Amino acid sequence: MTITAGIDVGSTYTKVVLQDDTESILAKASAPTGFRLRETAIDTYERALAEAGLRRDDVDYVIATGIGRHQVDFKNTLVTDLTAASRGAVQLFAGTRTILDIGGQTMKATRIDDTSKVISFRLNDKCAAGTGAFLEKTARYMGYSVEEIGPLMSTSKEPVPISGVCAVFAESEVINHLSLGTAPADIMQGAIESLTGRAVQLMKRAGLTPEYTLIGGILRFQTMGRSVGEALEAEVNVPDPEMVQFVAALGCAILGHRRLAKIRAEVGVPA
Amino acid sequence: MAYAAGVDVGSTQTKAIIIDEARNIVGRALVDTGANVIRAAEDTYNAALRENDIEEREVEYVVGTGYGRYRVTFGNTQVTEISCHGRGAVHMFPETRTVLDMGGQDTKAIKVTPEGEISDFCMNDKCAAGTGRFLGAAAAALGMPLSELGPVSLRSEKPTKISTTCTVFAESEVLAWIGKGKKIEDILWGVHMSIASRSVALMRRVGIEDQVTFSGGVSLNEGMVKALEERLEKKLNISAESHYMGALGAALFAHDHVVAGRAPTRQGTGVSA
Repeated sequence: MTITAGIDVGSTYTKVVLQDDTESILAKASAPTGFRLRETAIDTYERALAEAGLRRDDVDYVIATGIGRHQVDFKNTLVTDLTAASRGAVQLFAGTRTILDIGGQTMKATRIDDTSKVISFRLNDKCAAGTGAFLEKTARYMGYSVEEIGPLMSTSKEPVPISGVCAVFAESEVINHLSLGTAPADIMQGAIESLTGRAVQLMKRAGLTPEYTLIGGILRFQTMGRSVGEALEAEVNVPDPEMVQFVAALGCAILGHRRLAKIRAEVGVPA
Repeated sequence: MAYAAGVDVGSTQTKAIIIDEARNIVGRALVDTGANVIRAAEDTYNAALRENDIEEREVEYVVGTGYGRYRVTFGNTQVTEISCHGRGAVHMFPETRTVLDMGGQDTKAIKVTPEGEISDFCMNDKCAAGTGRFLGAAAAALGMPLSELGPVSLRSEKPTKISTTCTVFAESEVLAWIGKGKKIEDILWGVHMSIASRSVALMRRVGIEDQVTFSGGVSLNEGMVKALEERLEKKLNISAESHYMGALGAALFAHDHVVAGRAPTRQGTGVSA
């Protein structure tokens, strides 16, 4: 049996997926990235190994991706986030042509061809307004933790507009709404809709080709997927909540198998 | 004696200035604005009155300014903070032609005429980068009081470059640099330089003319002063009153009304002693 690992060191979370050659996932693990990227990558990897009952020697190939991919000492190679996420998205939804990935500090729209090659992409670069950090800040201004965002939003009845031009200045907007007696759930949902506006703009700039697949930690909030779908007036693919964060890591694990097969073919080792 | 007063209700702090007929400052006060803006305006005004035991009825005219100027319920009129900063700066430093006002949430570059009138201005509008909030975020990330940021940054020998623009991301960048073992003073100097660069860019949009006066709460931060002077390659006018520039300008506008004898009867706040 051949086993590969995909390590995605994101700006906010580090994700690990272990996969065997039957394409089934053996284990997943994630942890907040923090500021010791090297250590977090090792710890998260070890946790995934422990969950699968494996040792490091059992893993044949490791591919790292994400903003901190260069800090992963035990990788065999690395790929960009866009390549990893595209591969993972196509694995889950074969018809994927446009991918929206919303993480803690990034938002990326990628368009791919039918061989999963990246044709074009757009990133948020300088501003937190279109990222998970925006939601986190909004929640924090109201005294809620990140974990409480999902349950909170599910009770929203009438979202209020949040302009979403600056995650810092959103604070005064949030406070104004609270002082007017607006329910926190409706403010949170307003923040989601402002994020949706930014996401759709970014996707348009990368080019819109169905099918659309939405990934990244923010998609754990199911209203986000629904909101983007409505704005695009199209069906959108969203992986299961427990998988949305792991798509790029999964893509790495799949690419690991391909790479390994190619290497073995070159040197004539039987798989 | 007929006094005039200016109350500047800022996003973070409220300032009040009382001047006499000769336009000398005879009372000043500063209070955190907090959530109750009306109360903050009243408290600050009363504290300024108490400094020299001035009776409220001796003040003939009050001008409110700042983002909360309409909450100065006892004010006779309101003037925008841009006009007030320009007026205050020219009063304090008559050669002023460019004013940089850096407050808790916004940064403004103002071009003024020799008479203290505004000929142009520019402000950050939608983004917190390059404002005092950037310092606030750094202070929070480092767990340091705001007042220590400047002095600590001046100890820097090997400055760290802060590469992110967004205040939210800068908070993470500061923590990341700490994680990599950079010295706090070097990171902080980088934070100050980053804000200075954005502010100078803002000033260039109105045109930088001699002399430049630096006002607003952040002007008390000597690290910021040095960073700006380095970026501008010139000295800035700063005074201990720089923090009160908006309130002073408002008081000067109020004084105009007193002199013109146009002051209508005012209602008291009902809260002063």
